[in-house]
Amino acid sequence: MLEARNLTAFYEDFQALFGLDMTVLENQVIAVIGANGAGKTTSMRAITGLLPSSPGMVRWKGQDIGHLRADQIAALGIAMVPEGRQLFASLNVEENLIIGGRSGRSGVWNLSRVYELFPVLGERRHQAAASLSGGQQQMAAIGRALMSNPELILFDEISLGLAPIIIKQIYQVLPDIIGGGISAIVVEQDISKALAVADRVYCLSEGRIALEGETGSITREEIFHAYFGV
Amino acid sequence: MSARVTRSSRSSRAFAIIAGCAVVILIAAPWWAGRADMRLFSEIFLYLSLACLWNLLAGYAGLVSVGQQAFVGFGGYVLFGLAIFWGVSPLFALPIIAILGVLVAVPVAALIFRLRGAYFAIGTWVVAEIFRLLASQISALGGGSGTSLPVSVVKSIASSRATRESVVYWTALALAILVIITTVFVLRSRKGLALTAIRDNELAAGSLGVEIWQTKFIVYVLTAGLTSAIGALIFLQKIRITPDAAFSVNDWTAFVIFMVVIGGIGTLEGPIIGTLIFFVLRETLADLGTIYLMILGLVAIAIMLFAPKGVWGYVKSRYGIELFPITHRVKFEEE
Amino acid sequence: MDWVNSILQGILLGGLYALFAAGLSLIFGVMRLVNIAHGDLIVLAAFLGLTITSTFGLHPLAAIIIVVPAMAVIGYLLQALILNRTLGDNILPPLLVTFGLSVLLQNGLLEIYTADPQKLNAGAISTANVALGPLYVGVQPLLMFGVSIGVIASLQWIFYRTALGRAFRATSDNAEIAQLMGLNKAHVFALAMALSMAVVAVAGIFLAMRTSFTPASGPGRLIFGFEAVIIGGLGNLWGTLAGGVILGVAQAIGAQINPGWQILAGHFAFLVVLAIRPRGLFPRVEH
Repeated sequence: MLEARNLTAFYEDFQALFGLDMTVLENQVIAVIGANGAGKTTSMRAITGLLPSSPGMVRWKGQDIGHLRADQIAALGIAMVPEGRQLFASLNVEENLIIGGRSGRSGVWNLSRVYELFPVLGERRHQAAASLSGGQQQMAAIGRALMSNPELILFDEISLGLAPIIIKQIYQVLPDIIGGGISAIVVEQDISKALAVADRVYCLSEGRIALEGETGSITREEIFHAYFGV
Repeated sequence: MSARVTRSSRSSRAFAIIAGCAVVILIAAPWWAGRADMRLFSEIFLYLSLACLWNLLAGYAGLVSVGQQAFVGFGGYVLFGLAIFWGVSPLFALPIIAILGVLVAVPVAALIFRLRGAYFAIGTWVVAEIFRLLASQISALGGGSGTSLPVSVVKSIASSRATRESVVYWTALALAILVIITTVFVLRSRKGLALTAIRDNELAAGSLGVEIWQTKFIVYVLTAGLTSAIGALIFLQKIRITPDAAFSVNDWTAFVIFMVVIGGIGTLEGPIIGTLIFFVLRETLADLGTIYLMILGLVAIAIMLFAPKGVWGYVKSRYGIELFPITHRVKFEEE
Repeated sequence: MDWVNSILQGILLGGLYALFAAGLSLIFGVMRLVNIAHGDLIVLAAFLGLTITSTFGLHPLAAIIIVVPAMAVIGYLLQALILNRTLGDNILPPLLVTFGLSVLLQNGLLEIYTADPQKLNAGAISTANVALGPLYVGVQPLLMFGVSIGVIASLQWIFYRTALGRAFRATSDNAEIAQLMGLNKAHVFALAMALSMAVVAVAGIFLAMRTSFTPASGPGRLIFGFEAVIIGGLGNLWGTLAGGVILGVAQAIGAQINPGWQILAGHFAFLVVLAIRPRGLFPRVEH
């Protein structure tokens, strides 16, 4: 479904990714793990078009999207829950969700489905997004991504900065979301959390893939080696 | 092998020698140049000074002012006021005017420094408008229609016309050299390094907070003082002053911005090259009138869009030449 | 009575200043852009109105119907083709490009229309009065003030109640994340400029109906609009209207004391506000 081939990315003159190959199949959950600065967020930004990539580097259902702008890629059904939630502060909760659905893609997700999944958002629909707690903001950010009825969701640092109980809740609803025929890439620093939901794991180190494989087929030792680069 | 940090480079040393020779030749101008040429040269020196100062403000301190005409006009009017009311000799008045410019700039800065970025720019313009309107309220200086410098005051510089013109010419040249030296000095100082830090990364420099405010303040006030002195000299040469001419945004800011932008903002060499380009364009195209001004506007837009570092920025990145010893270089020497 | 009358005139004039300011405020709110050529674009709209009224023999108010979409298209193209390329962390490029544009527009208009003062003849409406208690108020200033309030209210509605306004606010909050929502930043910014220029069109026609204008009138209008924005408080459209009114009243009071002090008094009101309330009288509050 999504295919990244020899993906590179630069921040001005600084090269952050060195030829990543990554594949996401339908209904598949991919975990991307790695230490800080390994290139996890950078690869998500490159796939979604926030960082420029080159033609041919990223294919979506066979179509080359490497040269497209972020808004064009979003319209094709790739959504992202960004690191740090990043809700729109001057919009209220409901407006944040509505703007998530503005691409007009049809599907099962709409306001009432999102409120069903996260009842607390329904209760606070008219509140400013900034007034929500961190966990509620993460729910709103997930809801906002779902509103576009995506076929692939990228969760960047899904549990970073959240309380353990909230992380547990988020992971509890994850199967409900992905079970609806949506593929996902979960960027996570917590290896065991990632392994629990993912079908396939990519471990990044210094902008390269240090290890990849089906969740069942690789051992923890291998992951630790790749993670810490020892 | 040992390493040594130095600011000079082969190009900057060569430039120092050439510049030294050029200054000697220019000082001698009254003996080899015609009167019209000398007037043009003085005008170039004065514009060059304005351009260097605006570049220091906008290119280094990030204070984009479109209201420097406030101080040009202030300097001009104070010169005329001092001469007409108290008979102060113009040349003696220059340092007084610079100090008054600094004093006036202090409250002005305290107010408009509350505005950020682009709003600061328009704020400076409002200040210039206020100065213009106030000047046109002074009926002893001719109100809205302006006034002329009394002949007796003009003659106090020197009785012969030729000597007088030479003196004004030398003063303009001296002022330009003073401005260039001051800018180099400011940029080489510790505060100057802080300025470059602000320009290159406001966030990283943000931890310096108060110090940045102080540095910007000092640069603004210093620039105001020097700009006032330049303004005084401009209108000493013109002999006549009106509020519209003294506080003209086109003459004292738009043209100056054009020079800095085309030459290369944020470099010391840029304003010098920009001033020369401006005068070449003016001497060849000025007959076109409004079309000429439209061309200037278009060129400024095009430069900002396609070559934001200007002519000198292009040369510098292409050939690595630097004429003023500002950048630190690490030099390796065989022992 | 003179005083009451002139203050009332000042209030009504404030509506026009709010129109000068609203477009400035709008684009600053959406993309942090300050358009130095804003005043010159107001004057451009005034001259467009002049050409249309004299060519087709239309009433100035009817010309608005043509000038508004024309200016909106100019605004869209200006933003999409030029100004979008200047936006970034550095404030210099947009400032200097709009400054260059200001020089270009002023001299372009001078080339086409000469420096002669022009005025749009609004016919009977410009001399008609209505009795307001003991005072007689001009129909035209009253109408302009009403339209100004209507324009501010519409902008407020667009900003807070429509999909376009949501896109403006989202892009203003975080342009990058807004792109992930499928919003094309370049298009959103161009729409904001188009809306700003639509308001500028109304402001330009009103300016031309009210006073005579020349190609050099632009910077003055920019400054009045800017003062209204700062007095009212950044990011608050109703505050901008209040700022315009305060500016208009200050000028009226100044003029009443001494005709030469009209503009100065407005500038002083601005400086006083800047000195005591640097964030403006009504800084932005979350709606």
